[in-house]
Amino acid sequence: MILPVPAELISQMAIDLKAHLARRGITEPRFIGIRTGGIWVAQALLRALGSDSPLGTLDVSFYRDDFSQNGLHPQVRPSELPFEIEGQHLVLIDDVLMSGRTIRAALNELFDYGRPASVTLVSLLDLDAAELPIRPNVVGATLSLKPTERVKLSGPAPLILELQDSSLDPAL
Amino acid sequence: MTPTDAKRPLQLNDQGQLRHFLSLDGLNRELLTEILDTADSFLEVGARAVKKVPLLRGKTVCNVFFENSTRTRTTFEMAAQRLSADVITLNVSTSSASKGETLLDTLRNLEAMAADMFVVRHGDSGAAHFIAEHVCPQVAIINGGDGRHAHPTQGMLDMLTIRRHKGSVENLSVAIVGDILHSRVARSNMIALKTLGCKDIRVIAPKTLLPIGIEQYGVKVYTDMNEGLKDVDVVIMLRLQRERMSGGLLPSEGEFYRLFGLTTARLAGAKPDAIVMHPGPINRGVEIESAVADGPHSVILNQVTYGIAVRMAVLSMTMSGQTAQRQFEQEKAQ
Repeated sequence: MILPVPAELISQMAIDLKAHLARRGITEPRFIGIRTGGIWVAQALLRALGSDSPLGTLDVSFYRDDFSQNGLHPQVRPSELPFEIEGQHLVLIDDVLMSGRTIRAALNELFDYGRPASVTLVSLLDLDAAELPIRPNVVGATLSLKPTERVKLSGPAPLILELQDSSLDPAL
Repeated sequence: MTPTDAKRPLQLNDQGQLRHFLSLDGLNRELLTEILDTADSFLEVGARAVKKVPLLRGKTVCNVFFENSTRTRTTFEMAAQRLSADVITLNVSTSSASKGETLLDTLRNLEAMAADMFVVRHGDSGAAHFIAEHVCPQVAIINGGDGRHAHPTQGMLDMLTIRRHKGSVENLSVAIVGDILHSRVARSNMIALKTLGCKDIRVIAPKTLLPIGIEQYGVKVYTDMNEGLKDVDVVIMLRLQRERMSGGLLPSEGEFYRLFGLTTARLAGAKPDAIVMHPGPINRGVEIESAVADGPHSVILNQVTYGIAVRMAVLSMTMSGQTAQRQFEQEKAQ
């Protein structure tokens, strides 16, 4: 499978996001990236939008629902939200949307800071594998992968997508 | 009895993660740094409007205190609550123990109530180890202070305090002052400082309040306060533990204060930006002058805040280590 080039996706996403926000009448969105890939995508997206809005960062490790199976992620970083959440229109940005569990955790965390007016979900890729009723409002590309395949984003610049297949490489 | 030390230390699981937290002895620098890093991220949670994360939801943390404590007990309670665990606190000294129930029977009863973690404080050295070895292995045991032996969460919160105010401990001069003999805090601090690579660890105390074999901790011993405090970056004062003294160790409190009390004048010998720490409760006018305890060098109240974050880190890491171990054993059985 040939993976899309992130830079090309981002310019289209910027156009789609602008249109989406205009339709909703949102003039002052607050941008939040999910650690780590989501922050890179958010930074690229802000550049494409020509926006100098502050970027909030979220580490959802303390909110994951797989703690009892997988334990604590070894490198949890503090979440930093340099603006109010209460009453604000949020744009939540992630790199790869798979089960939707990360987004659920992120929403739970955001609501501990306040009650946002709305949350718009932006994702570079949607792997069409949702286990929860969570869909992106703006998406770069939708892919269907084999069960053994995974996509990995490296960054922050340039952003590169890479396909990994655990049936070919048992180390994964 | 579970097999332990031969294959791996009691407080680690097969992957080398914490499953109990009994003592800083035997924990390597990477693990101590991981605790501090995790605590750092929990500090941010304490600054939020909602000071709670759902990590330990549905788990039960049981504080079993055989000895009095206010700070340690309440900060452990708060740490567990901020992780969304259910918390019960038992002051055993005032309950069944006085009716003749043994330590093991008390714990077996708590275990039967499906507690996931015990935070234990006990007047006897080694009590937490004993419990970790003899209760069901699924229960994580956290040492909240055992006799003169160890107070590992206090040790780690002191390290976090130093790191946040002074950076890495490696090139700092740190003085621990006062009743070293009875102090589990001093022991945990000396081990933590050494493990984290501190090259200048000093202990300052009268000869009667120094344990035999203190040199094994890699510390320099001073019996003169002014000499010991010269150019230090960090002063850790200890409480004079009158309740553990069986007499004859000190001429009088006044004499102790005159020779080893931390006064503004004495502190002037330390570096100008030195920080002053104390595990609490402080005895004003016995080991520390009020003006110092409340002064600009004092970080005594910051220590309490950091204590909650460190305890959140230790609770979540040991719970995670226990879960991983159970999974590993299940997989092995299949």
